[in-house]
Amino acid sequence: MTAVVSTELRAVPAGRENGERRRSNYLAKAYPLWYYLPAGLLFLVFFAIPTFASFFFSLTRWSLFDWEFIGFENFRQFLSEPQLIGSLRNTVVYAFLTSGAKVVLGMALGLLLTSQIRARGLLRSLVFFPVLVSTIGVGVMFTTMMHPTDGLINTALAVVGIEGPKWLADPQLALISVALVDIWKGVGLATVIYMAGIVAVPAEYYEAARVDGAGAWSTFRRITLPLIRPATFTVITLSLIGGLRSFDLIWAMTSGGPGFASDVIASVVYKQYQAGFYGLSTAGNVVMFLVVMLIVVPLNYFMRKAEVDQ
Amino acid sequence: MRNRIRVNVVSALTLILFVIVFVVPFLLVLVNAVKDRQESSQLNLALPTSFHLVENLREVFQARNYMLVTAMVNSTILTVASVTGMVIVAAMVGFVLQRRASRINGFVNAAVLMGLIVPPAVVPTIWVLQSLGLFKTLPGLILVEITFGISFCVLLFRAFMATVPRELDEAAIIDGCGPLRLFFQVILPLLKPTVVTVIVVQSVAVFNDFVHPLYFLPGEENATVQLTLYNFMSQYSTQWNLLFMNILLITIPPLIVFLFFNRQIVAGMTSGAVKG
Repeated sequence: MTAVVSTELRAVPAGRENGERRRSNYLAKAYPLWYYLPAGLLFLVFFAIPTFASFFFSLTRWSLFDWEFIGFENFRQFLSEPQLIGSLRNTVVYAFLTSGAKVVLGMALGLLLTSQIRARGLLRSLVFFPVLVSTIGVGVMFTTMMHPTDGLINTALAVVGIEGPKWLADPQLALISVALVDIWKGVGLATVIYMAGIVAVPAEYYEAARVDGAGAWSTFRRITLPLIRPATFTVITLSLIGGLRSFDLIWAMTSGGPGFASDVIASVVYKQYQAGFYGLSTAGNVVMFLVVMLIVVPLNYFMRKAEVDQ
Repeated sequence: MRNRIRVNVVSALTLILFVIVFVVPFLLVLVNAVKDRQESSQLNLALPTSFHLVENLREVFQARNYMLVTAMVNSTILTVASVTGMVIVAAMVGFVLQRRASRINGFVNAAVLMGLIVPPAVVPTIWVLQSLGLFKTLPGLILVEITFGISFCVLLFRAFMATVPRELDEAAIIDGCGPLRLFFQVILPLLKPTVVTVIVVQSVAVFNDFVHPLYFLPGEENATVQLTLYNFMSQYSTQWNLLFMNILLITIPPLIVFLFFNRQIVAGMTSGAVKG
């Protein structure tokens, strides 16, 4: 009993022995640990168990009712079939493309919309609203706008005498076209994150820089950029995680086509699931898990370290 | 003076650019939603020569045996139930996590982080739902949505709990308040701003969710509004006016939320993001 109490107390600020005991008693009563139970139970049943089960079932041929252990066959198939390995490459390209663009554009728009510009409120609302619109709706909207002949984009380009590309119908361009729409929809979130970061920079720094005769560029380079680093890290992490998992926009706009040109891991997972290859589909999920972990975890580590070093 | 002119010019150019990039796509939807089939098939921004608002509305609602009506009912139930569940369950975690230093806090924090990063394993989740008899049921999907939303909500609640003074808890306890009353009658009312933020952000997320209903709630009688739009996409690929009308309809709820809760949404998304 005493052992339990003393370990529980370690984190509590030191006091007299008697006071400590009373305090831990009151803690146990006022902040009962069973408050974790509902969330913990849901998390265990619908998240932890499926995640652990996925490692096992990815090694099987599986029909939900029975399974046959086949070792790494699913992964071998995943890595050897061109369309499947292509989805891996597409996922990484898509994630880095959208993430990079959201950093650059989000930062630029964040700076613009915190400057002296007029109608700031309206501009902020305009750039942020797409974040809240249904992804499928956005997908349909832009599928029509990217229509090779009748679409709004290419008719507008034709007016100025440019023959627009075929966008979604062009295998070389399909993935990039979807990525552009993803950027259009997501840049608002990056912008508001940057705006929060920029506004939080103390005004004294800018005054000191002005007094020292720093120009606009060096003020940005030496003051704004380092001080909004947390915002940059957030945008990168969020958009990478989102980009590596992305499914709905791609599915609504191209369904992975033309051919397999814009397939990503998540769309392969869905296709294999639909085709009844549950083991292979789960292996795809595990591959996605590994890719996310391999990219996001080291990145987070380095970014945290950079933040501490600062 | 010169500076002011420059600001005006930059402002005007930015506004024009923003209107082209961010307003025109929505305008396209709006204009084409009230056109007839033939006019809308040109997919352009020309104003409609005749208005078919009521006609298109009726047709969209009647399609596939009033599927959109079913979908709206389903989506409403799903959103309300999931968000209610998330708020209660996550607020409880955030409350204890911030207030009490226990041995399992490290574990809880790790779980929250995992919930944000790890992509959910789809087919194994179906397998779990199947063995619980919850696959293809609305309650099953609600539980899944709550689970996937918990992490984000816990972060918000924990951050806000830190601003509620402990003395308040102590005063309540001295006055003889039990743990349940302490949480539900003293703390939860104080968390109201965060509760509003969580409700708004997660309602939009659940309402717009496409992937989870697609996997965990297949079947026409169970459709949600996002699935309905997706199904219409294949069925009405030549009737753009109806498709656009459908988009218009499902964009209205987020638009209303945005108009009233703009500040809470932005606060929620940036604070949750900064902590994540």
